[in-house]
Amino acid sequence: MNAPAETVEVELTVNGERVKRTVPARTNLADFLRLELELTGTHVGCEHGVCGACTVRVDGEIVRGCLMFAVQADGCKVDTVEGLSDSREIEELQSAFVLTNALQCGFCTPGILMAAQALLRDVPNPSREQIREFLSGNYCRCTGYQAIVDAIAAVAKARAGRAR
Amino acid sequence: MSDFDETTKTLNFDAPNSYVGRSVTRPNARRLAQGRGQYVDDIVLPRMVHVAYVRSPHAHARILGIKPKKAAAMPGVVRIVTGAEIAMVVKPYVGVLTHLAGMRSPPQYPLAVDVARWQGEPVVAVVAESRAQAEDAAEAVEVDYEELPAALDAERALDPSEPKIHKEFDSNLCFTRTVDTGGVDAAMKSAHLVVEDTIHFGRHTGVTMEPRAVLADYNRADESMTVYHCGQSPHMVQGIVASRLSLDEHRVRIVARDVGGSFGIKIHTYGDEIAACALSLMLNRPVKFAADRYESFLSDIHARDHRVKAKLAVDREGNMLALEIDDLTGVGPYSMFPRSSGVECNQILNLTGGPYKHKEYRAKGTVVFQNKNMMCQYRAVGHPIAIAVAEHMVDQAAAKLGIDPAEMRRKNLIPDDAYPYKSPSGMRFEALSHHACMDKLLELMDYDQLRRGQADLRKKGVCRGIGLSSFIEVTNPSPMFYGVGGARIAAQDGCTIKLDANGSIIAATGVTEQGQGTETIMAQIAATALGVEMSCVKVLTGDTDKVPYGGGTWASRAAGIGGEAVLQASLALKKNILEVGAVILKTSASELDIVDGKVVKKGTEQGLTLAELARICYYRGNELPVDFQPELVVTRHYRVKDYAFVFSNGAQGCSLEVDTETGFVKLLKMWCVDDCGRVINPKLVDEQARGGIVQGIGGALYEHCLYDDRGQLLNATMADYLVPMAAEMPDIVCAHVQTPTKTSVLGAKGAGEAGTGGAPGAIMNAVNDALRPLGAKVTQQPITPEVVLRALGKVR
Amino acid sequence: MKAPRFAYARPASVAEALALLDKHKDDARVLAGGQSLVPMLNFRVAAPKVLVDINRIAALSGIKVTKSHVRIGALTRHVELERSPEIAKHLPLIAAAMPHIAHPAIRNRGTFGGSCALADPAAELPACALALEATLVVAGKKGERRVAAKDFFQGLYATALKPGELLIAAEFPLPKPGSKSAFGELARRHGDYAMVGVAALGSNRGVRAVFFGVGDRPEVIEADTVDGVLSKVGALAPRGDLHASATMKLHLARVLAGRVLKELT
Repeated sequence: MNAPAETVEVELTVNGERVKRTVPARTNLADFLRLELELTGTHVGCEHGVCGACTVRVDGEIVRGCLMFAVQADGCKVDTVEGLSDSREIEELQSAFVLTNALQCGFCTPGILMAAQALLRDVPNPSREQIREFLSGNYCRCTGYQAIVDAIAAVAKARAGRAR
Repeated sequence: MSDFDETTKTLNFDAPNSYVGRSVTRPNARRLAQGRGQYVDDIVLPRMVHVAYVRSPHAHARILGIKPKKAAAMPGVVRIVTGAEIAMVVKPYVGVLTHLAGMRSPPQYPLAVDVARWQGEPVVAVVAESRAQAEDAAEAVEVDYEELPAALDAERALDPSEPKIHKEFDSNLCFTRTVDTGGVDAAMKSAHLVVEDTIHFGRHTGVTMEPRAVLADYNRADESMTVYHCGQSPHMVQGIVASRLSLDEHRVRIVARDVGGSFGIKIHTYGDEIAACALSLMLNRPVKFAADRYESFLSDIHARDHRVKAKLAVDREGNMLALEIDDLTGVGPYSMFPRSSGVECNQILNLTGGPYKHKEYRAKGTVVFQNKNMMCQYRAVGHPIAIAVAEHMVDQAAAKLGIDPAEMRRKNLIPDDAYPYKSPSGMRFEALSHHACMDKLLELMDYDQLRRGQADLRKKGVCRGIGLSSFIEVTNPSPMFYGVGGARIAAQDGCTIKLDANGSIIAATGVTEQGQGTETIMAQIAATALGVEMSCVKVLTGDTDKVPYGGGTWASRAAGIGGEAVLQASLALKKNILEVGAVILKTSASELDIVDGKVVKKGTEQGLTLAELARICYYRGNELPVDFQPELVVTRHYRVKDYAFVFSNGAQGCSLEVDTETGFVKLLKMWCVDDCGRVINPKLVDEQARGGIVQGIGGALYEHCLYDDRGQLLNATMADYLVPMAAEMPDIVCAHVQTPTKTSVLGAKGAGEAGTGGAPGAIMNAVNDALRPLGAKVTQQPITPEVVLRALGKVR
Repeated sequence: MKAPRFAYARPASVAEALALLDKHKDDARVLAGGQSLVPMLNFRVAAPKVLVDINRIAALSGIKVTKSHVRIGALTRHVELERSPEIAKHLPLIAAAMPHIAHPAIRNRGTFGGSCALADPAAELPACALALEATLVVAGKKGERRVAAKDFFQGLYATALKPGELLIAAEFPLPKPGSKSAFGELARRHGDYAMVGVAALGSNRGVRAVFFGVGDRPEVIEADTVDGVLSKVGALAPRGDLHASATMKLHLARVLAGRVLKELT
C-alpha cells in the first residue's frame, strides 16, 4: 500500500466517458466535476451536505457531491445532469418540469432532477406526500415545492399509464 | 390622436393570438433543466484568481495589527491586501437617502479599517490561485484584535450607557420618523374598545440557493472593467463600481447571466464584492469571489428584525377608528449602500393598516445601529411586518367584540368603489379590490365549511386554526422611492427592440431575470404587440453593454415598468414596420396589420412576411423609394408618473393545525387571491405567489438568525437555520382578480412579493385562532413549538 | 468552505487500517461515509493530517443473521439497512428508525459504524443500539474486544473507542418472541436531527426506552410497564440547544414517550 499522499490519481467514468486526473486529495467530487471536468451543471450551495444542489449519481445511487472526495469515486461510474440530459434518461422529467414551471432560477434543479429520478426508480407510483418526503433533502427557495411535486407526480402517472 | 395612440388601438390583449394572459412555458427553462445555466461561479477566465476573506470573529473590535507574512508565503498565494490598502483605491460609500429626513450613517469601506463592527465583516483579502489555497492562507493571517463592548440590544441602543458604535455620532440612532394625522389620542379616548399588543419579528435572511458571487475582470490596457455579477440591478452596479473605483462609467460593463435566486439579497453593495473589483484593478487580472454558505449567513443582508407596539381603537360595531404603532428596528453598524437600511422601517410606517378605512393614524419608527450583520431590503420589504401587525390587531379587536374575522374585514376594508383613495399615512391608491379579493378568497377556502369543520374537530380536542390577511403591496415604483433621495437607481426603464434581418424580433430590456420569468413575459408582450409567434422573439437582459439604461428588477417593477417599455417599444416598431409595409404594398399604414408574423391588408391574407420585409430593408434597399429610410430599431422608455407607487392588493388565507402538546404547527393549506392588474402569465404569477408564500412561511414559523450576547451568530449553517423544505409545506391555491392600472397601457402591476408580504399575517392569525379558546396567544415570529407551548403555559 | 489539506490513504484491510492509525495517531482520522466528517473538514473544525479511507475494506460490510444475533458490519450503509428484509424482520426498531435519518442521498453513503463512532446525542442509531442492547465489536492493535452498548456511548461525541481503534461491527441479539418495538422522534423538519426521540422495546422482561436528543448521550429508562417508564421521564436532565430549551425538551420527552410507548401495549 502506498504511503498517504496529498496528491492522488483518480480514474473514473463520468457520463459514460473514462477520465483520469491527478488532483489534491481534498478535492471533493462536486468541485472535481465543476473545475476539472468543467461540468458545471452540478452546483455548490452549502458544502455541508444539506441543500442537495450538488446531488450526483455514483454507481447508480444519489450522493452529495460535496461530501465525497473525488478520490473516493475512483473506479466508479458517475452520472451528472449533463449525462442524464444527453442520454435522455430524464427527458420526461425535464419536460414536466418546464411544463409545470417546477424551476425558476434553476440552481437547485439538477440536484432535484437527480433525486426525482432516484425516487421514481425506487417508488414508481409515489403519493404527493411520498414525493415531498423524498424531496426533503433538496432545498428550493424559488418555487415553494408545489410545482415540483406536480411535475414528478405527472411523470409517475404517465409512466404508470404506459406500464399498463 | 398621436401615432402611438393609433397603434395602441390595434392592440387587443383578449384576441385569440394574444399571449398576454396565457400560461406559456418559459423558453429559458429548458436550458436550466439540462444544467446548462451559466452562474457566476461557472465562468472561468484566463489567469483568474480567487479571493477569500479573513473576517472579524468579533462583533466589535479594534484591529491592532495584521501580520500577513506567513500567509503570503503559502502555496498559491498571489497577494494579501488589508482593509487600509483597499481603502486607498475605493472611495467610501454612505447608505443614506436624503428624503428619509435626518437619516445618517458614516462612510463605509469595503473591508474594515481600524475597527471591525460585526462578526463576519471582512478584514483582510487573501488572493490565491485556488479558493482552497486562499482559505488555507486566510487561516494563517494573524490579526490582533482588541475586543470592544458591543451594542446588541435594540431596546437599549439609545441609552447613554450603551456602547456607541460611531464616535462621530451622538448616539446609535440611524433614522427616526413619525407619521401623525393628529386625531389618534381623541379617537382612542372615545373608542368603545382599544386593543394593544407588542409583536416581535425575528431577524432572518434570504438564503439564496446560489451564494453571492462576483467575477471582476479589469483590463489595464483599455482601462475597462467587466464584472460578472449575480445581481438584480446591473446599471446600478455599473454606477457604483465606476464611482467607487474612479473608473469611467462607460468603460465598466456589468453582466448578469443566470442568477440562482436573489429576492433582494443581491441588490446591495457588499464590501467583499467591491473589494474583489478593487483587487482586479490592483492585480490587472480576473478575480473571483464566490461566497460560501457560512460567509453568506454572516454577511448576506439580514432583514425583518423589528419590535412593534400596536394599538387599535374600534367602535361598538367594530369599525376601526384609529391605529397607532411604534416600530423599533436594530440594523447593522452602517446603513446599507445605496438603498439604505431605513426603508424597511419606513415601509412599515407607510403601509401598516393600509387596506383599512380608519381615519386616524400615528406611527413612530426608530432605526438603530447594532454590532450585528448589516440589514436591508429583502423580498416584500417591511410588508410582512406591516401586514402581520395590522391583521393581528384586527383579529384581536374582532375576537373581543365576538365578530368573525372575515366579517370584521368586510366592515373595515376600503370599499372597492372608493378610489382614488389616500391612506392616513399618505399613500395614494389608484384602484384596489380588497372586497373582491376577500370574497373570492372566502369562496375558494370554503370558509364557512372550514369554520364548521374547525368546530367539530375542537369537540374531539383537535386544534385547527383559520387565519386571514388582507394586504397591499408596493409595485411599479416611481422615482419617489430612491431617485428622489439621491440614489442613482433608475426608476425608469427602457427597451430597444428591432426587427432583425431574418425577420426575428430582438428586444433588449433594462429589467432582469432571476428565474421569475422576466424574459418570458417580455417576449409575450412583444409578440402580442407585434403580432408574431413568441418563438421568433429573443429577449436580452442583464448586460449593461447591450440593454438600455434601466433599473433592473426589484420592488416588483419588471412586469409593470419593464413590460410597459417593451410594449411601447413594440408598438412603435410596429408603426415603423407598417410604414415600410405601406410603401412596399403601395397602400396606407392604416390599412395594414401584422398577423402571425405577416404584414397583411386588414382582414385579408394579402401581404408579405416580416422575413421578406426585413430582407428588402436590409439587403435590397434599391427596391425602396429613394427618400424613404426604414427604421427597424426603436427604443422607448417608461416611468410611473401619476403615483409614487402602483399598489397591488389581495387576500390570503391559512388553515393549520396546532398540536397543543408538542407545539408543532402543521400547515394544512393556504390560499392567495392577488390583484396584480393585468396578468401577463397566470402560471408565473401563481408560482411567484407560491414561492413567495413559502418564504413568508419561513419567517413566520422557522427562520431566525440567532445571536448570542456576544454578537456571535449561532446558527450559520443550513442545518441550524431552518429554511422550509418540501415535507412541511402545504399545497397553495392561487387565484386572481384583475384591476388593470391606468398608469400604463399594459395595465400590469407587480406580483413577485405579495405572497411573502401577506403570508406571515395569515399564519399568525391562524395560530392565534387555534389557540384562542385555550386562552393563549402568540405575538412573536418565528412561531416555534416552544413559542406555542410557552403561550399555552405548558413550558415555562 | 474547502477542506484543509490532508494526506489520503486507502487501506485494503482492517490490519492495514489499524497500522495507519497506529502510525499517525492523533494526526489521523477514519473516513467512512463521510456524511458527518466531511462537513467538519469543510467548516475546518477538523483538520486531520491523514485521512484513512476504510470504504473499500470488504470485511467491514454486510448484514449477517445467525441463530443468536444479527451482525451489522460497520461499513453497512444506512440505505442497506433501510432496504434489508432481514433488518425489517429481525430488528424492526432499526427499520422504523431509518426513514428518519437525514435524507436518501445521505443514507446512500452514511454508515452504521460511522453513526455509532460519532455518537451524536441526537442520532437515531446509537439509541437503537442501546435499546436493543447491542454489542459493539472493536478492533485494535492487540486484537478484537467487545463493548456493550451501555458502555460504548460515553458522552458528547465520546465513545469507548480508544485511539488507534476501529469499530468493525455490532451484534444485536435476536429479539425474544413476543417482543415489540416502537420508535418516534420530533424534528422541526423531516430528516433534521431530533429535538427529542424515543427508541423502545417491550418484552416480557418489561419496557426499555432509550431517549435521544435529550442530553450528551442516549439515556435508558427501564421499568416493568409503560406507565412505569413514563413516571421516570422526569429524571431526564436534558440540556437546551438552539432549537429547544431544557424545559422544552423535557416536556417533549414526556409527550413523545406517551405517544410512542402506547404502541407497545
